[in-house]
Amino acid sequence: MTALTAPLAAIGRPVLAALALIGRIALFAARVVGHMVRPPFYPREFLQALLQIGWFSLPVVGLTAVFTGGALALQIYSGGARFNAEAVVPSIVAIGMVRELGPVLGGLMVAARVASSIAAEIGTMKVTEQIDALVTLSTDPIKYLAVPRVLAATLAVPVLVAVGDAIGIAGGWLVGVNRLGFNSTVYLQNTVDFLESWDVVSGLWKGAAFGFIVALMGCYHGMNSGRGAQGVGAATKAAVVGASVLILATNYLLTEVFFSA
Amino acid sequence: MITLTGVTKTFGKNRVLRGVDLTIPSGQSMVIIGGSGTGKSVLLKCILGLVRHDGGTITLDGQDVTTADRDAFLARFGMLFQGGALFDSLRVWENVAFRLMRGALKRPKQEAREIAIEKLRRVGLRPEVADQFPAELSGGMQKRVGLARAIAAEPEIIFFDEPTTGLDPIMAGVINDLIREIVTEMGATAMTITHDMSSVRAIADRVAMLHDGVIQWTGTVGEMDATPDPYVQQFIHGRATGPIAAVR
Repeated sequence: MTALTAPLAAIGRPVLAALALIGRIALFAARVVGHMVRPPFYPREFLQALLQIGWFSLPVVGLTAVFTGGALALQIYSGGARFNAEAVVPSIVAIGMVRELGPVLGGLMVAARVASSIAAEIGTMKVTEQIDALVTLSTDPIKYLAVPRVLAATLAVPVLVAVGDAIGIAGGWLVGVNRLGFNSTVYLQNTVDFLESWDVVSGLWKGAAFGFIVALMGCYHGMNSGRGAQGVGAATKAAVVGASVLILATNYLLTEVFFSA
Repeated sequence: MITLTGVTKTFGKNRVLRGVDLTIPSGQSMVIIGGSGTGKSVLLKCILGLVRHDGGTITLDGQDVTTADRDAFLARFGMLFQGGALFDSLRVWENVAFRLMRGALKRPKQEAREIAIEKLRRVGLRPEVADQFPAELSGGMQKRVGLARAIAAEPEIIFFDEPTTGLDPIMAGVINDLIREIVTEMGATAMTITHDMSSVRAIADRVAMLHDGVIQWTGTVGEMDATPDPYVQQFIHGRATGPIAAVR
């Protein structure tokens, strides 16, 4: 009997652990959202988080977007040449950037930069008893630490995505005009003509969802960090990996919702 | 008055508290002694609700702490953490005035700053320190800032978690004297956990020894030296042999 059940137990244990983790994260998310609409509010902490997550992420998101836009133009030109469809480069670069690559790569870069720093910061606060100190000072750590960060990321990442979209399209335009011989005016005209507002708006909604996920995972893993440097390191890794996987899964789900006809 | 009755707490298979019975009368300074890993910090955190106890009851002035209004309950407490637990991102005065800048005790910013500087002066720190960040201070100064934060809102009850750990003997003496003075002048109830016997003698009205998850002995400082209890005698004289295993 043991020989029969042991393999099942070996499969069941991690499955149950994963389900329990999902449940804990869902409850944490519900608590964060619940606290967003109940006072007290911490505007100073929110503005600080907005600066850290939004403004300071601009360089990395911008660099990612410009190189991605350029590479995308080269790829589409090369692939399109097989069907004599090189002219689609401007429109496909634009649609590809605003619908998919802008939000997904922007989200992943923010996950790498922000989820890690949030998890490390809050994890260090936990192991140095600063979170306990907050409680003894009558301050709810979720309200004081998690809510400003999650709210800031949810609002800042769509803006980063919009900026990244523009920079990515500009990267495609640079490569298209300077490397692939497109006329500048025609390239821009094609970009504008084939881009619909929903293409842009759907990407911004994705950005908001990814921002929420990034900050939520950083806060959750930071607050549940293990002891010592190793515990904080593990929390940081879990936050980045968790946020990245969730971003990709959520991207698929949102794409199904937004674009499956 | 804080009363603990049969308090138990288990982490996994480790039964840290096995039925703690203890009374801390109002206005008294109680020091809990015991070896490392005997659950002193856990006991303190159970009282504050930072860790939920598994069994038994903890009451403050007759009211169960688990059912009391949390904000009102915590407003009565101040706490000095072992490592200071100062908020790295805030300046020293903002740390000290943290409770005075939000919630029910909120004051105007300038008033909160003035109170913070006054409390810093009370613990022997110059006003210039107020605008520094905690990372710029020495360990002893961080402890004093932690002490200033603990007393900033003039709480009725103050907890001290290993207040002299990591300090040199002179700085430890300074902190001990400060704690004694402040507790006496504020008329506060104090609970200190330590294994530093110089702290015990400087701070305590009464002493309780926690060992093996229960209060092994309790009495005054004078009684502590005279008691024949082998656990207490081994601990206060730092003997390697006795009923307390040296290797735990």
